[in-house]
Amino acid sequence: MEENQFDVIVVGAGPAGLTAGIYLARAKAKTLILDTGTVGGQLVLTHEIANYPGVESTSGYQLSASMKKQAKSFGCLIKSNVRLSELKLDQDLKTVVVNGKMVYQAPAVILATGGRSRMLKVPGEEDFKGKGISYCATCDGDFFQNKEIIVVGGGNSALEEAVSLTKYAGKVTILHEFDHFQAFAHAVEEARQNPKIDFIMESHITGFSGDERLKKVNCKNLRTGELFDKEVDGVFIFIGYEANTNMLKNTAVELNQWNEIVTNEYLHTNLKGVFAAGDSRAKKYRQVTTAVSDGTVAALETLAFIHAKKEAF
Amino acid sequence: MVLQTNLKHVASAAEHSELLKNNENVMICCGRMGPMCLPVYDIMEELQDEYPNVAFRDFLFDNPDAAVIRNLPEARSFMGLPFVIYYKNGEVVAAASSIQTREQITEILDREFK
Repeated sequence: MEENQFDVIVVGAGPAGLTAGIYLARAKAKTLILDTGTVGGQLVLTHEIANYPGVESTSGYQLSASMKKQAKSFGCLIKSNVRLSELKLDQDLKTVVVNGKMVYQAPAVILATGGRSRMLKVPGEEDFKGKGISYCATCDGDFFQNKEIIVVGGGNSALEEAVSLTKYAGKVTILHEFDHFQAFAHAVEEARQNPKIDFIMESHITGFSGDERLKKVNCKNLRTGELFDKEVDGVFIFIGYEANTNMLKNTAVELNQWNEIVTNEYLHTNLKGVFAAGDSRAKKYRQVTTAVSDGTVAALETLAFIHAKKEAF
Repeated sequence: MVLQTNLKHVASAAEHSELLKNNENVMICCGRMGPMCLPVYDIMEELQDEYPNVAFRDFLFDNPDAAVIRNLPEARSFMGLPFVIYYKNGEVVAAASSIQTREQITEILDREFK
């Protein structure tokens, strides 16, 4: 029979969750890590990481594979691609139900649910994913040789990927909802200097249409209210990330207006025995290094919590 | 030329043909070691025990023989990696492009192969 009682359940197997798992398991805490997606989280989606201290250059996949191996070597049990059916976090013994049947319990939980790419959530987006709509320039850029594409967004990712896509595309239009970009000045300047790139500002996409493939985007000028269509072969969407906290909406965990988990300095949430780490919590900077830092702090605080709880008995 | 995954690989058009001939239910993920493909390989690896009646394989997109996948009529509208093809008795019964969730994959497996 499968074991279901743990010292700590970590929800999320990105760098924050795996780091927490490494610290917890190494301290002999019986640790279960659950993830609704693949191990590594958003880290897996990063082609190259060149600023992780001590590692000259690696891929997100390799770094997450090393973290996973390390966590397992200390005794963490990791279950990925699971469905979290229920979370009961406001009792002394926390309960997580997986795939509607498996019940896991622990006195402490670390929420490291990470973030996910924001989608436009307009009609046609899901239908044309992989048929003209993409979220990865390095993966899909070569399908758009000499084609006309739109890059949606105004941050560093959007501007940098737009420049990179000019290697393939005949024309790239950057479409952004504001009258200015949030990207660093050098990224904006590089895009402005590129003869293949033009700009549509203060506008957003209201829908996608086509047949087997994407053919047209429906747009709206947010300043004038004008509606207009643009024929394109592809759209690459880079509009940032959002906290992956849908699963917490029916719990008593406090979220802010952006649905990020609110914590104190030591990563305690408003619920006793529930801690948060990584990109899903309210904070300013979101990097692999800050996720790893969060995972460490949350694990050490959790260890102190469970030891104090054991001593109380 | 094969992918660095824990799945069994298809490495040639001949292997592809043999695979379809010898297995009733087949799922092939044709991609690269990129961020949209890796999660799909990961899910397939986990599903192997749950669906013993399905042969799960990957196929390197840049292998010239992967043309047997790239040139399928069912994939003509695809413009995103990976190309995921489901075969029953050698015939394509479903095809999907770009990253897929576990739910999207199992929905097809349950519909076509259960």
